[in-house]
Amino acid sequence: MQKEEIYQKVSNTLVEALNVDETEVKPNSTLQGDLGAESIDFLDIVFRLEREFGIKIPRGELFPESIFQGDPEMVLNGRVTARGIEELRSKMPFADLTEFVANPDISHMSDLFTVDLIARYVEGKLAASKA
Amino acid sequence: MRWIWIDRFTEFRRGEFARAVKQLSLAEEVFTAHFPGYPVMPATLLLEGLAQTGGILVGEANDFREKVVLAKIAKAKFQGEALPGDEITFETTVLYIRPEGAAVRGRVLANGAELGEAEVTFAHLDQARSQQMFGEQNFVFGGFLKDMLKTLIK
Repeated sequence: MQKEEIYQKVSNTLVEALNVDETEVKPNSTLQGDLGAESIDFLDIVFRLEREFGIKIPRGELFPESIFQGDPEMVLNGRVTARGIEELRSKMPFADLTEFVANPDISHMSDLFTVDLIARYVEGKLAASKA
Repeated sequence: MRWIWIDRFTEFRRGEFARAVKQLSLAEEVFTAHFPGYPVMPATLLLEGLAQTGGILVGEANDFREKVVLAKIAKAKFQGEALPGDEITFETTVLYIRPEGAAVRGRVLANGAELGEAEVTFAHLDQARSQQMFGEQNFVFGGFLKDMLKTLIK
């Protein structure tokens, strides 16, 4: 499947799950901030992605539930440490951390979850299933 | 009155499908105020009946171990009204049951004719660490809700 097709299907999935207009869904739209997603919506999104792309998404793989587990070596004074960033990279290799690394404020973590992130995740899963 | 908006199950396939019926009676409290001189079943309570049918369906699939609670209703559409004397049928088909929650596609019929539909999503409370808040006892299925399956006449 081509990148454009994957992106389009991911966009359609989010339109369905979040009941937003297609025009509101842009590559860098954040799920919670821009598209109004709530925790229960993540469940819906995972189910629809599995069905749309024929992939299996284990719990916590796309939307990690507790990456840092309150570990002070990973989050200190509301900022993610270098060790925490490494943990983030390993748990979410499909995430674009460039902006976050510049200002690793824990309260901005939800901004990582964009439409693009989901598309990259799906690309990775499809590629892995072919290997 | 008990907060039960279905009367009896008429079909039940574990983890797949459940159908329940409810007879609307003018004697029910809800019609007093909704509306005086024009009794009509609130669509919100039809959705509640759908949620109870679906909630028992997904709850039973895990032997009522999970605290299944209504979390989200999507795409609810109704094309008519349900009136006292109508027989309401609730049909729920499982879309998915996962550790964190479940969803069903629901249909509401009045006297056999399609009246409305909605997608109903449930959360499994304990999977979100609620055991710390709500304790061991399953308060969702602790009472008569679990016994509703006994109404199924084969």
